[in-house]
Amino acid sequence: MQTNDLIAELSGRAAPRNGGFVLPLWLAAAVAPLLAFAVFMPLLGPRPDAIASLTTLRFVMKFVEAGLLFAAALGLLAALARPARPWRDRLWLLLCPAALLLTAVAVELVVVPADLREVRAIGGNAMNCLIAIPTMGAPVLLLLLFALSCQAPTRPALTGAVAGLASAGISAFFYAAHCPDDSPLFVAMWYPMATLVLVAAGACAGSRLLRW
Amino acid sequence: MSPAPSSKLQALDDLLARALAGDEKAYRAFLTDAAAILRRFAASRMPHHSAGFDVEDLVQEILLAVHSKRHTWRPGEPVAPWLFAIARYKAIDAYRRRGRRIEIDIEAMGDVFEDPSATPTAVAHDVGRAVASLGGRQQAVVSALSVEGKSISETARELDMSEGAVRVAFHRGLSAIAKKFGNK
Repeated sequence: MQTNDLIAELSGRAAPRNGGFVLPLWLAAAVAPLLAFAVFMPLLGPRPDAIASLTTLRFVMKFVEAGLLFAAALGLLAALARPARPWRDRLWLLLCPAALLLTAVAVELVVVPADLREVRAIGGNAMNCLIAIPTMGAPVLLLLLFALSCQAPTRPALTGAVAGLASAGISAFFYAAHCPDDSPLFVAMWYPMATLVLVAAGACAGSRLLRW
Repeated sequence: MSPAPSSKLQALDDLLARALAGDEKAYRAFLTDAAAILRRFAASRMPHHSAGFDVEDLVQEILLAVHSKRHTWRPGEPVAPWLFAIARYKAIDAYRRRGRRIEIDIEAMGDVFEDPSATPTAVAHDVGRAVASLGGRQQAVVSALSVEGKSISETARELDMSEGAVRVAFHRGLSAIAKKFGNK
Protein backbone atom coordinates (compact mmCIF):
# COMPACT_ATOMS: atom_id res chain seq x y z
CA MET A 1 0.00 0.00 0.00
CA GLN A 2 1.22 3.49 -0.76
CA THR A 3 1.73 5.79 2.18
CA ASN A 4 -0.67 8.36 0.74
CA ASP A 5 -3.44 5.75 0.52
CA LEU A 6 -2.80 4.85 4.13
CA ILE A 7 -3.01 8.49 5.16
CA ALA A 8 -6.26 8.93 3.23
CA GLU A 9 -7.74 5.90 4.96
CA LEU A 10 -6.61 6.89 8.44
CA SER A 11 -7.69 10.51 8.12
CA GLY A 12 -11.28 9.35 7.73
CA ARG A 13 -11.05 8.06 11.28
CA ALA A 14 -9.76 11.17 13.02
CA ALA A 15 -11.87 11.20 16.17
CA PRO A 16 -10.28 9.21 18.98
CA ARG A 17 -11.48 5.69 19.62
CA ASN A 18 -15.09 5.21 18.69
CA GLY A 19 -14.98 1.54 19.62
CA GLY A 20 -12.87 -0.26 22.16
CA PHE A 21 -12.87 0.30 25.89
CA VAL A 22 -9.98 2.23 27.38
CA LEU A 23 -9.48 1.56 31.08
CA PRO A 24 -7.77 4.64 32.52
CA LEU A 25 -4.71 3.87 34.62
CA TRP A 26 -6.02 5.92 37.54
CA LEU A 27 -9.21 3.86 37.59
CA ALA A 28 -7.24 0.61 37.56
CA ALA A 29 -5.12 2.01 40.41
CA ALA A 30 -8.27 2.86 42.36
CA VAL A 31 -9.84 -0.56 41.78
CA ALA A 32 -6.60 -2.43 42.62
CA PRO A 33 -6.99 -2.19 46.43
CA LEU A 34 -10.62 -3.33 46.21
CA LEU A 35 -9.62 -6.27 44.06
CA ALA A 36 -6.80 -7.28 46.40
CA PHE A 37 -9.16 -6.92 49.36
CA ALA A 38 -11.79 -9.05 47.65
CA VAL A 39 -9.24 -11.85 47.25
CA PHE A 40 -7.76 -11.33 50.72
CA MET A 41 -10.94 -11.60 52.79
CA PRO A 42 -12.14 -15.09 51.77
CA LEU A 43 -8.59 -16.44 51.35
CA LEU A 44 -6.82 -15.22 54.48
CA GLY A 45 -8.62 -12.49 56.42
CA PRO A 46 -7.01 -10.30 59.08
CA ARG A 47 -5.45 -11.89 62.13
CA PRO A 48 -7.64 -11.85 65.26
CA ASP A 49 -5.70 -9.10 67.03
CA ALA A 50 -5.31 -6.90 63.95
CA ILE A 51 -7.20 -3.91 65.35
CA ALA A 52 -5.55 -4.12 68.76
CA SER A 53 -2.12 -4.36 67.13
CA LEU A 54 -2.55 -1.02 65.42
CA THR A 55 -0.94 0.51 68.48
CA THR A 56 2.34 -1.33 67.91
CA LEU A 57 4.82 0.40 65.67
CA ARG A 58 6.14 -2.76 64.02
CA PHE A 59 2.67 -3.75 62.85
CA VAL A 60 1.86 -0.30 61.48
CA MET A 61 5.21 -0.05 59.71
CA LYS A 62 4.31 -3.02 57.51
CA PHE A 63 1.35 -1.10 56.09
CA VAL A 64 3.36 2.06 55.62
CA GLU A 65 6.10 0.21 53.74
CA ALA A 66 3.74 -1.77 51.53
CA GLY A 67 1.50 1.23 50.86
CA LEU A 68 4.52 3.33 50.00
CA LEU A 69 5.71 0.69 47.54
CA PHE A 70 2.28 0.62 45.91
CA ALA A 71 2.15 4.41 45.58
CA ALA A 72 5.74 4.74 44.35
CA ALA A 73 5.32 2.05 41.71
CA LEU A 74 2.08 3.65 40.50
CA GLY A 75 3.81 7.01 40.24
CA LEU A 76 6.48 5.45 38.05
CA LEU A 77 3.88 3.54 36.02
CA ALA A 78 2.03 6.74 35.17
CA ALA A 79 5.20 7.98 33.49
CA LEU A 80 6.00 4.67 31.79
CA ALA A 81 2.51 4.29 30.37
CA ARG A 82 2.77 6.91 27.65
CA PRO A 83 5.48 7.76 25.10
CA ALA A 84 8.03 10.47 25.87
CA ARG A 85 7.20 10.82 29.55
CA PRO A 86 10.40 11.30 31.56
CA TRP A 87 10.05 8.14 33.65
CA ARG A 88 13.71 8.17 34.64
CA ASP A 89 13.02 11.31 36.66
CA ARG A 90 10.69 9.26 38.82
CA LEU A 91 12.95 6.31 39.58
CA TRP A 92 13.82 7.91 42.90
CA LEU A 93 10.26 7.17 44.02
CA LEU A 94 11.21 3.51 44.41
CA LEU A 95 13.97 4.50 46.82
CA CYS A 96 11.39 5.73 49.37
CA PRO A 97 9.94 2.35 50.39
CA ALA A 98 13.41 0.77 50.16
CA ALA A 99 14.98 3.44 52.38
CA LEU A 100 12.15 3.18 54.90
CA LEU A 101 12.49 -0.59 55.12
CA LEU A 102 16.26 -0.39 55.52
CA THR A 103 15.86 2.20 58.27
CA ALA A 104 13.38 -0.05 60.06
CA VAL A 105 15.81 -2.95 59.76
CA ALA A 106 18.63 -0.86 61.16
CA VAL A 107 16.54 0.20 64.16
CA GLU A 108 15.38 -3.38 64.71
CA LEU A 109 18.97 -4.63 64.67
CA VAL A 110 19.79 -2.12 67.41
CA VAL A 111 16.84 -2.84 69.68
CA VAL A 112 16.62 -6.62 69.29
CA PRO A 113 19.25 -8.73 71.10
CA ALA A 114 21.58 -10.60 68.76
CA ASP A 115 20.37 -14.08 69.69
CA LEU A 116 16.77 -13.17 68.81
CA ARG A 117 17.51 -11.71 65.38
CA GLU A 118 17.56 -14.97 63.51
CA VAL A 119 14.29 -16.12 65.07
CA ARG A 120 12.64 -12.82 64.12
CA ALA A 121 13.95 -12.91 60.57
CA ILE A 122 12.95 -16.50 59.84
CA GLY A 123 9.60 -16.04 61.57
CA GLY A 124 6.88 -18.67 61.35
CA ASN A 125 5.13 -17.77 58.12
CA ALA A 126 7.78 -17.49 55.44
CA MET A 127 6.09 -19.99 53.16
CA ASN A 128 2.68 -18.38 53.59
CA CYS A 129 4.19 -15.04 52.71
CA LEU A 130 5.87 -16.37 49.58
CA ILE A 131 2.62 -17.92 48.37
CA ALA A 132 0.01 -15.42 49.55
CA ILE A 133 1.56 -12.21 48.22
CA PRO A 134 1.97 -13.44 44.63
CA THR A 135 -1.48 -15.08 44.72
CA MET A 136 -3.29 -11.93 45.85
CA GLY A 137 -1.12 -9.79 43.61
CA ALA A 138 -1.77 -11.79 40.43
CA PRO A 139 -5.28 -10.45 39.70
CA VAL A 140 -4.10 -6.92 40.45
CA LEU A 141 -1.17 -7.40 38.08
CA LEU A 142 -3.54 -8.54 35.33
CA LEU A 143 -5.77 -5.52 35.90
CA LEU A 144 -2.82 -3.14 35.70
CA LEU A 145 -1.45 -4.87 32.60
CA PHE A 146 -4.82 -4.50 30.91
CA ALA A 147 -4.97 -0.80 31.74
CA LEU A 148 -1.40 -0.35 30.50
CA SER A 149 -2.12 -2.15 27.25
CA CYS A 150 -4.69 0.59 26.54
CA GLN A 151 -1.83 3.09 26.81
CA ALA A 152 1.42 3.04 24.86
CA PRO A 153 4.39 1.98 26.99
CA THR A 154 7.60 2.08 24.97
CA ARG A 155 9.39 -0.17 27.50
CA PRO A 156 7.04 -3.17 27.72
CA ALA A 157 9.11 -5.44 29.95
CA LEU A 158 10.13 -2.69 32.36
CA THR A 159 6.56 -1.41 32.52
CA GLY A 160 5.33 -4.94 33.28
CA ALA A 161 7.95 -5.30 36.00
CA VAL A 162 6.89 -2.05 37.67
CA ALA A 163 3.26 -3.17 37.42
CA GLY A 164 4.41 -6.30 39.28
CA LEU A 165 5.96 -4.08 41.91
CA ALA A 166 2.73 -2.14 42.34
CA SER A 167 0.65 -5.30 42.63
CA ALA A 168 3.10 -6.68 45.18
CA GLY A 169 2.76 -3.46 47.17
CA ILE A 170 -1.00 -3.62 47.49
CA SER A 171 -0.95 -7.38 48.02
CA ALA A 172 1.63 -7.07 50.80
CA PHE A 173 -0.47 -4.33 52.37
CA PHE A 174 -3.32 -6.77 52.98
CA TYR A 175 -1.11 -9.73 53.72
CA ALA A 176 0.48 -7.65 56.48
CA ALA A 177 -2.90 -7.61 58.25
CA HIS A 178 -2.92 -11.40 58.26
CA CYS A 179 0.68 -12.26 59.05
CA PRO A 180 1.64 -12.47 62.75
CA ASP A 181 5.31 -11.79 62.00
CA ASP A 182 5.81 -8.07 62.48
CA SER A 183 9.57 -7.71 62.74
CA PRO A 184 11.17 -5.57 60.00
CA LEU A 185 13.74 -8.35 59.80
CA PHE A 186 11.04 -10.74 58.65
CA VAL A 187 9.56 -8.16 56.29
CA ALA A 188 12.93 -7.36 54.75
CA MET A 189 13.72 -11.05 54.36
CA TRP A 190 10.55 -12.46 52.82
CA TYR A 191 8.40 -9.68 51.40
CA PRO A 192 10.99 -8.69 48.76
CA MET A 193 11.29 -12.33 47.72
CA ALA A 194 7.54 -12.57 47.22
CA THR A 195 7.67 -9.24 45.43
CA LEU A 196 10.32 -10.54 43.04
CA VAL A 197 7.94 -13.28 41.92
CA LEU A 198 5.42 -10.67 40.80
CA VAL A 199 8.10 -8.44 39.28
CA ALA A 200 9.43 -11.33 37.21
CA ALA A 201 5.92 -12.37 36.18
CA GLY A 202 5.12 -8.77 35.28
CA ALA A 203 8.26 -8.41 33.18
CA CYS A 204 7.55 -11.63 31.27
CA ALA A 205 3.89 -10.81 30.75
CA GLY A 206 4.69 -7.20 29.90
CA SER A 207 7.15 -8.08 27.17
CA ARG A 208 4.37 -10.05 25.50
CA LEU A 209 1.11 -8.30 26.40
CA LEU A 210 2.27 -4.70 26.28
CA ARG A 211 3.66 -4.73 22.74
CA TRP A 212 1.88 -2.61 20.20
CA MET B 1 17.04 14.05 17.31
CA SER B 2 14.82 16.66 15.71
CA PRO B 3 15.24 16.58 11.94
CA ALA B 4 12.62 19.24 11.20
CA PRO B 5 12.46 22.94 11.91
CA SER B 6 10.79 23.58 15.23
CA SER B 7 8.07 25.84 13.80
CA LYS B 8 6.87 22.91 11.71
CA LEU B 9 6.83 20.70 14.75
CA GLN B 10 4.79 23.26 16.64
CA ALA B 11 2.30 23.42 13.78
CA LEU B 12 1.87 19.68 14.31
CA ASP B 13 0.60 20.30 17.85
CA ASP B 14 -2.20 22.43 16.52
CA LEU B 15 -3.07 20.01 13.71
CA LEU B 16 -3.25 17.00 16.00
CA ALA B 17 -5.33 18.86 18.56
CA ARG B 18 -7.84 19.76 15.87
CA ALA B 19 -7.73 16.23 14.47
CA LEU B 20 -8.58 14.71 17.84
CA ALA B 21 -11.55 17.06 18.00
CA GLY B 22 -12.77 15.33 14.84
CA ASP B 23 -11.33 17.56 12.08
CA GLU B 24 -10.51 15.12 9.26
CA LYS B 25 -8.74 17.71 7.12
CA ALA B 26 -6.44 18.61 9.98
CA TYR B 27 -5.77 14.92 10.59
CA ARG B 28 -4.84 14.36 6.98
CA ALA B 29 -2.50 17.36 7.08
CA PHE B 30 -1.03 16.09 10.34
CA LEU B 31 -0.39 12.60 8.96
CA THR B 32 1.11 13.98 5.75
CA ASP B 33 3.50 16.26 7.63
CA ALA B 34 4.30 13.54 10.12
CA ALA B 35 5.00 11.09 7.27
CA ALA B 36 7.50 13.52 5.75
CA ILE B 37 9.30 13.91 9.06
CA LEU B 38 9.18 10.17 9.75
CA ARG B 39 10.53 9.38 6.29
CA ARG B 40 13.62 11.43 7.06
CA PHE B 41 13.83 9.83 10.47
CA ALA B 42 13.52 6.31 9.03
CA ALA B 43 16.01 6.95 6.22
CA SER B 44 18.62 8.36 8.59
CA ARG B 45 18.22 5.71 11.23
CA MET B 46 17.98 2.55 9.25
CA PRO B 47 20.85 0.44 8.04
CA HIS B 48 21.06 0.61 4.27
CA HIS B 49 21.04 -2.38 1.97
CA SER B 50 19.55 -4.59 4.61
CA ALA B 51 17.49 -7.39 3.20
CA GLY B 52 13.77 -7.16 3.72
CA PHE B 53 13.93 -3.62 4.93
CA ASP B 54 12.11 -0.68 3.51
CA VAL B 55 11.90 2.89 4.70
CA GLU B 56 8.36 3.33 3.47
CA ASP B 57 7.22 0.24 5.36
CA LEU B 58 8.63 1.64 8.56
CA VAL B 59 6.96 5.00 7.92
CA GLN B 60 3.63 3.24 7.49
CA GLU B 61 4.12 1.14 10.59
CA ILE B 62 4.84 4.26 12.61
CA LEU B 63 1.82 6.05 11.16
CA LEU B 64 -0.41 3.13 12.09
CA ALA B 65 0.99 3.12 15.61
CA VAL B 66 0.48 6.88 15.88
CA HIS B 67 -3.08 6.40 14.73
CA SER B 68 -3.94 3.57 17.11
CA LYS B 69 -2.26 5.32 20.07
CA ARG B 70 -3.35 8.88 19.31
CA HIS B 71 -5.42 8.98 22.50
CA THR B 72 -2.18 8.82 24.52
CA TRP B 73 -1.22 12.31 23.34
CA ARG B 74 -2.67 15.07 25.50
CA PRO B 75 -3.52 18.40 23.90
CA GLY B 76 -1.14 20.98 25.31
CA GLU B 77 1.85 18.67 25.25
CA PRO B 78 4.37 19.04 22.43
CA VAL B 79 3.74 16.45 19.71
CA ALA B 80 7.36 16.08 18.63
CA PRO B 81 8.77 14.10 21.59
CA TRP B 82 5.67 11.92 21.60
CA LEU B 83 5.95 11.27 17.87
CA PHE B 84 9.66 10.50 18.07
CA ALA B 85 9.19 8.19 21.03
CA ILE B 86 6.67 6.18 18.99
CA ALA B 87 8.93 6.29 15.93
CA ARG B 88 11.87 5.05 17.94
CA TYR B 89 9.82 2.26 19.48
CA LYS B 90 8.53 1.07 16.10
CA ALA B 91 11.97 1.36 14.50
CA ILE B 92 13.50 -0.87 17.17
CA ASP B 93 10.59 -3.25 16.78
CA ALA B 94 10.95 -3.36 12.98
CA TYR B 95 14.69 -3.84 13.23
CA ARG B 96 14.21 -6.81 15.53
CA ARG B 97 11.72 -8.42 13.20
CA ARG B 98 13.79 -7.64 10.11
CA GLY B 99 14.20 -10.62 7.84
CA ARG B 100 11.52 -12.63 9.55
CA ARG B 101 8.57 -10.82 8.06
CA ILE B 102 6.04 -11.64 5.42
CA GLU B 103 6.85 -9.02 2.81
CA ILE B 104 5.11 -10.16 -0.33
CA ASP B 105 2.29 -12.51 -1.06
CA ILE B 106 3.94 -15.48 -2.76
CA GLU B 107 1.19 -15.97 -5.36
CA ALA B 108 1.53 -12.40 -6.50
CA MET B 109 5.27 -13.00 -6.77
CA GLY B 110 4.72 -16.01 -9.03
CA ASP B 111 2.72 -13.96 -11.52
CA VAL B 112 5.35 -11.30 -11.70
CA PHE B 113 8.14 -13.74 -12.30
CA GLU B 114 6.38 -15.98 -14.79
CA ASP B 115 5.43 -13.15 -17.07
CA PRO B 116 7.26 -9.86 -16.60
CA SER B 117 4.71 -8.06 -18.77
CA ALA B 118 1.76 -9.15 -16.60
CA THR B 119 0.21 -6.44 -14.46
CA PRO B 120 2.31 -6.57 -11.35
CA THR B 121 0.35 -7.12 -8.18
CA ALA B 122 3.35 -6.29 -6.07
CA VAL B 123 4.57 -2.75 -6.44
CA ALA B 124 7.95 -2.12 -8.01
CA HIS B 125 9.83 -1.47 -4.82
CA ASP B 126 8.65 -4.75 -3.33
CA VAL B 127 10.08 -6.66 -6.26
CA GLY B 128 13.27 -4.68 -6.15
CA ARG B 129 13.57 -5.41 -2.49
CA ALA B 130 12.97 -9.11 -2.95
CA VAL B 131 15.60 -9.29 -5.66
CA ALA B 132 18.00 -7.17 -3.65
CA SER B 133 17.79 -9.68 -0.82
CA LEU B 134 19.59 -12.24 -3.00
CA GLY B 135 23.33 -12.39 -3.33
CA GLY B 136 25.79 -12.30 -6.26
CA ARG B 137 24.97 -14.56 -9.22
CA GLN B 138 21.40 -15.32 -8.14
CA GLN B 139 20.61 -11.64 -7.90
CA ALA B 140 22.07 -10.90 -11.33
CA VAL B 141 20.19 -13.80 -12.92
CA VAL B 142 16.81 -13.15 -11.29
CA SER B 143 17.07 -9.47 -12.05
CA ALA B 144 18.00 -10.07 -15.71
CA LEU B 145 15.30 -12.66 -16.32
CA SER B 146 12.34 -11.35 -14.34
CA VAL B 147 12.87 -7.66 -13.95
CA GLU B 148 14.61 -6.78 -17.21
CA GLY B 149 12.83 -9.53 -19.15
CA LYS B 150 15.89 -10.95 -20.91
CA SER B 151 16.06 -14.46 -22.32
CA ILE B 152 18.05 -17.28 -20.76
CA SER B 153 20.61 -17.40 -23.55
CA GLU B 154 21.09 -13.63 -23.47
CA THR B 155 21.60 -13.73 -19.73
CA ALA B 156 24.02 -16.65 -20.01
CA ARG B 157 26.13 -14.75 -22.54
CA GLU B 158 26.15 -11.58 -20.50
CA LEU B 159 27.07 -13.23 -17.23
CA ASP B 160 29.43 -15.68 -18.88
CA MET B 161 27.58 -18.69 -17.52
CA SER B 162 26.18 -21.82 -19.12
CA GLU B 163 22.42 -21.82 -19.80
CA GLY B 164 22.01 -24.68 -17.35
CA ALA B 165 23.79 -22.68 -14.65
CA VAL B 166 21.50 -19.72 -15.34
CA ARG B 167 18.43 -21.93 -14.92
CA VAL B 168 19.74 -23.37 -11.68
CA ALA B 169 20.61 -19.92 -10.29
CA PHE B 170 17.19 -18.60 -11.31
CA HIS B 171 15.30 -21.38 -9.57
CA ARG B 172 17.44 -21.25 -6.49
CA GLY B 173 17.01 -17.49 -6.38
CA LEU B 174 13.24 -17.77 -6.63
CA SER B 175 13.00 -20.38 -3.93
CA ALA B 176 15.25 -18.28 -1.69
CA ILE B 177 12.85 -15.38 -2.17
CA ALA B 178 9.87 -17.63 -1.54
CA LYS B 179 11.45 -18.91 1.63
CA LYS B 180 12.31 -15.45 2.86
CA PHE B 181 9.13 -13.63 1.98
CA GLY B 182 6.53 -16.33 1.53
CA ASN B 183 3.72 -17.41 3.78
CA LYS B 184 4.57 -19.98 6.41
